Amino acid sequence: MLARRGVRSYLDGMNLSLPFAIVGSAILGLLSSFGQFSRFVGDLIRALTDVRTWGPLTVGQMRRLGVDSLPIALFLSCFTGIVLALQASYTFTGAIPLYFVGALVTKTMILELGPVLTGLALSGRVGANIAAELGTMRVSEQIDALETMAYNPIAYLVVPRVLAGTIMVPLLVIFSNVLGIASGWITSMNVLDMTSAQFVRGSRLFYDSFDIVYCVIKSTSFGLTITVLGCYQGFNTRGGAEGVGIATTRAVVLASMMILVLDAFWALVLLQ
Amino acid sequence: MSIQLRGIHKGFGAKKILRGLDLDVDEGETMSLVGFSGAGKSLTLKHIVGLMKPDAGTVHVDGHEVPTLPREKLFKLRLDMGYVFQFAALFDSMTIGENIAMGLRKKGGMTQAQIRDRVEESLALVDLAGFSSRFPQEMSGGQQKRAGLARAIAYRPKYLLYDEPTSGLDPVTTTVIDRLVLRMKKELGVTSLVITHDMKSAYAISDRIGMLYEGKLVEVGTPQQFQESRNPIVRAFVEGEPGLKHDAEDPLPMGGDGAAGKGRKR
Repeated sequence: MLARRGVRSYLDGMNLSLPFAIVGSAILGLLSSFGQFSRFVGDLIRALTDVRTWGPLTVGQMRRLGVDSLPIALFLSCFTGIVLALQASYTFTGAIPLYFVGALVTKTMILELGPVLTGLALSGRVGANIAAELGTMRVSEQIDALETMAYNPIAYLVVPRVLAGTIMVPLLVIFSNVLGIASGWITSMNVLDMTSAQFVRGSRLFYDSFDIVYCVIKSTSFGLTITVLGCYQGFNTRGGAEGVGIATTRAVVLASMMILVLDAFWALVLLQ
Repeated sequence: MSIQLRGIHKGFGAKKILRGLDLDVDEGETMSLVGFSGAGKSLTLKHIVGLMKPDAGTVHVDGHEVPTLPREKLFKLRLDMGYVFQFAALFDSMTIGENIAMGLRKKGGMTQAQIRDRVEESLALVDLAGFSSRFPQEMSGGQQKRAGLARAIAYRPKYLLYDEPTSGLDPVTTTVIDRLVLRMKKELGVTSLVITHDMKSAYAISDRIGMLYEGKLVEVGTPQQFQESRNPIVRAFVEGEPGLKHDAEDPLPMGGDGAAGKGRKR
């Protein structure tokens, strides 16, 4: 009897509604964020009709976000190709014919490392750039100023960046793949005592033209994700310099996470 | 042509800023809106231009109900309104000339040469002749503010909304801006709403002055009536007497009001 009273008084003392409040608040926050993001995407799709606004600005963004990112993408892929060739040789020696190095370098660059490493690098360079730029424009009322001059800020600021990213990231990935494979090839010939013919034989062994389609689909989705998330975070920046910093960090972290999620998604959907 | 606000309520969370604000600005009139920091003066301007939606009440500009106006019509109406931002809000990736040309290009109907001429003319009006090729970061705060004013008047709007156009300016430049406000009214018949803390400016440029306090207008009158008012809130404000209860917290911190989804009506 005494024990039962003790339990009751203990339970009375606890605020049992607190866990429900925390869970409820988290769910509401999540739904609200999802609704806000959906509205942003809806506005983005509607703004596509405003070609006169975004049309002239898109080429400039393709240069800024795409062409200017070429050095970092090529730098990454060059060293990735070298390491892939050396690691493949280290793994295969004595067990598998050395020309398989060509197969591994080519297949891995096209299917995985080319798109994913380039995507991750660009989520830092492009995603952060967009979020910081739009975030600064938001906190300094430049986006409001655009609106007061009858410009649709989504058509003016977001659409050119998203289109530029979606078009340019696959192109960057293709360049990365070419350089990555080339650097693996050169490494194989000069460090691994393989002939060019051996490397090419290996490369052709498992090559399938669908690999290129898969790579382009995947990298297009990465470009879209990086730019949409960068624009969304920048557009919804609050506060001053601190807010811009938070938005930039979020843009990079979320884009990097989404790249890995999409990587698994496309593998499940297209490779199974 | 006029601006009419009726029963405007606006809050952010538990904090209520505007509490049933009624405001009329008649055609061709220059009205100044004064009040303590955080009273919701800038917020009022943002409702008029459609950057914010009220929680309750109506906003009419030129006979159009702004909060319910379809996007295309709202954009068209905005081309009749010039907005002078408190901190200029110039596009820092563009030169001053390009900043001013933005509105002119959107309005259309002008050749490149006409746009160039109008840019120079607008800059000359604010004593910034020859500044069109400079970037905002190459100019002082006061110069940026005047460039923001030149941008707002360049496309000859019917309505001009000034958010503290003279704050932070030296007395001589303040007089230049005051004269420009008067000139816009006299020559172009512009209807203006000016947010200011500078009572000397308010007396010089206004047909009427309104005092915003606790989300409502507590006094409206001509500069003379305002100066002679016995309303203790007006007296405390005009004479700078501390002690009157007011919320000094800015309800509209730059870039954020606590509401998400900027770029849409909030």
